Amino acid sequence: MKKKYFLNANIIDPYNAIEEVGGLIVNEEGKLEAVGKKVNKNNIPSREKFIDLKGKYIFPGLVDMRVFVGEPGFEYKENFKTLSNAALSGGVTSVVTMPNTLPVIDNVSIVDFLKRRGRDKSKINIYPSASLTKNLESTNMTEFGLLKKKGIIAFTDGLKTIQNTRLMSRIMRSAYDLDCLVMQHAEDFELSKNGSVNDGIVATRLGLQGVPDLAERIIIERDLTLLEDFNCRYHISQISSSKSVEVIKKKKDVVKFTTGVSINNLSLNENDIGDFRTFLKLSPPLRTEEDRMSLVDAINKNLIDVIVSDHKPEDEESKRLTFSQAATGASGIETLLPLALEQFHNNSIKLFKIIELLTSNPAKILKINKGNLTIGSNADFCIVDINKPWIVKKENLISKSKNTSIEDKKMQGKVISTFVNGEELYKAN
Amino acid sequence: MAFNKKAIKISQKHLLGIQDLSISDINIILDEAKSFISLNKSKNKKIDILRGKTQINLFFEPSTRTQSSFELAGKRLGADVMSMNIVNSAIKKGETLIDTAMTLNAMHPDLIVIRHQDSGACNLLSQKVNCAVLNAGDGRREHPTQALLDALTIIDRKKKISGLKIAICGDILHSRVARSNIYLLNMLGAELNIVAPSNLMPKDIEKLGVNKFTNMKDGLKDCDIVMMLRLQSERMTSSFLSSNREYYEYYGLTPDKLNLAKEDALIMHPGPMNRGIEIDTKLADDINKSVIKEQVELGVAVRMACLKIFGQQ
Repeated sequence: MKKKYFLNANIIDPYNAIEEVGGLIVNEEGKLEAVGKKVNKNNIPSREKFIDLKGKYIFPGLVDMRVFVGEPGFEYKENFKTLSNAALSGGVTSVVTMPNTLPVIDNVSIVDFLKRRGRDKSKINIYPSASLTKNLESTNMTEFGLLKKKGIIAFTDGLKTIQNTRLMSRIMRSAYDLDCLVMQHAEDFELSKNGSVNDGIVATRLGLQGVPDLAERIIIERDLTLLEDFNCRYHISQISSSKSVEVIKKKKDVVKFTTGVSINNLSLNENDIGDFRTFLKLSPPLRTEEDRMSLVDAINKNLIDVIVSDHKPEDEESKRLTFSQAATGASGIETLLPLALEQFHNNSIKLFKIIELLTSNPAKILKINKGNLTIGSNADFCIVDINKPWIVKKENLISKSKNTSIEDKKMQGKVISTFVNGEELYKAN
Repeated sequence: MAFNKKAIKISQKHLLGIQDLSISDINIILDEAKSFISLNKSKNKKIDILRGKTQINLFFEPSTRTQSSFELAGKRLGADVMSMNIVNSAIKKGETLIDTAMTLNAMHPDLIVIRHQDSGACNLLSQKVNCAVLNAGDGRREHPTQALLDALTIIDRKKKISGLKIAICGDILHSRVARSNIYLLNMLGAELNIVAPSNLMPKDIEKLGVNKFTNMKDGLKDCDIVMMLRLQSERMTSSFLSSNREYYEYYGLTPDKLNLAKEDALIMHPGPMNRGIEIDTKLADDINKSVIKEQVELGVAVRMACLKIFGQQ
């Protein structure tokens, strides 16, 4: 590999507290050799070609902590190859995949298979998570220790929530002993039963069963209370309401934990569902504008640590149904960064903060050396034109499934190219 | 009687819900319905306004009055009416609603009347077919012709709706009738009291511009109309109420409770009734107070008006 030189870019690397105009050098091994303002035209060999990125941005490759892939079992929705291409086009270079596959990722041998597939078919860094309980049945714990030895860095039941308090306390104890990260999707299933939208005026008007914000809050309160006694590494996958923000604010001083939010809940509200748009049937559901604003506010107050795409590819057949029958979730890995930039353009969140929640923060929680531009580390990064206008069209999506929650939305900001290990694996045309 | 065969223009192609209609649309439908009331009482009830048109009734939920009412309405206007028996259809073999819609669409109907257990099913159908879709009830969302016939009944008896105080009582949560009536009667200027136990009250209902009550005493005070709703036990997946007898004690319409309303208050019920649960059986049959039979009668006229107007769009 030839050395690569990039100059005059706006570089943001929250991990190393860098926010400056400068350059970046990738060495022959695909590692970062130099980063920052000291890298300029005057101190690179004059015979070398360089790429002038004036006005453009360089961010570390994004780390997306919540991604669903259809492999194994639902390859027609998304496989590692299509996921990897979709991720690259959105500047994402590392993902944590959810264990809700067929079969479920709940034992050592399936992890071996998965890692091989991920390595062979994917160009990005795949970190499969394993389930907390065998076959997602909320009965018996999986082998946290053995799975960790195989390289599993996070445990979650993905779409499912541990309802049983005693089991949850035991999971926390084991996770503490073995230093494992537990990620909980917070939803009380009795309270959310048959629900498909936020419980409120939209549910009443559309005649749909609502999911109250209480369903989320009650699990968060329970888990954070348990955490006072069983202090493991604990992460709330995603929150959706101002009530949850209040609980988190109260508990921040008492126990240590981290919190995520889906880009959908951060950018959209329940009114976007309009006339039964099933692509906006999400879990947690889109809530009120006040709830959405409280999530933005929570990011600015350091109460939310991570933004995820909650990428959930669903084929057309699963969505062309009545709202209550339709599958839940939206495809979103390739629009994660552009949609997050909206919060910067409308002056809601600082750019540095947004990038922090998309790169260094998730990497720190996962304890992986990704999402940074530290000298000597693998050159995973993306080049972004943060002002480029474009419109989301499902036919242009790279993911195998086209269920975007923001069809026809006008965006500002696009990934121009994405590098993994110093190699340019995506280039916008 | 001579009937105007000319097509009447209104703002919508489909009748999916009262929410989509303007006041002018509603007045057009109600005026048209009035003209059919006397026809339905005459000896020769059949005219040929919809001759040559095909109407398909697609009922995914059991229904007696609405289905027969729509069938009769179509036949009286001269349409060819086909009622699909869903129990024996391909739906039971796993066909999706959209595929059924495409199949029916290929037969070139002019009108499809649909009832479905899922809210929004008629909206989905209307996006996939070329003809007019009439909603005969979707989940708990809307039942527009029921609200229109209720309005027509009230106008017939009280000569107006504007300024009336109307109580809608009972299982509001599961009721599409309640929702359609709230939109319609609100638009026509009534004051609405919604009365239900908290467990059967939809969230944020007051945002629809109604007064909310959890007891009959306050809710029925000075009302001109008391509309009782059926307790939809079949839609209740978990415990909403302790028992029917307790419900009757607190929320059932009894002579005592009716006394709280105005002296000339009328009783309405969309049917089918649970006698002795939401309504006292004698009150239901009281010809001086109950207009329940009239509702059914005017239902045919309203559906004729809707079929005529939407069948000619």
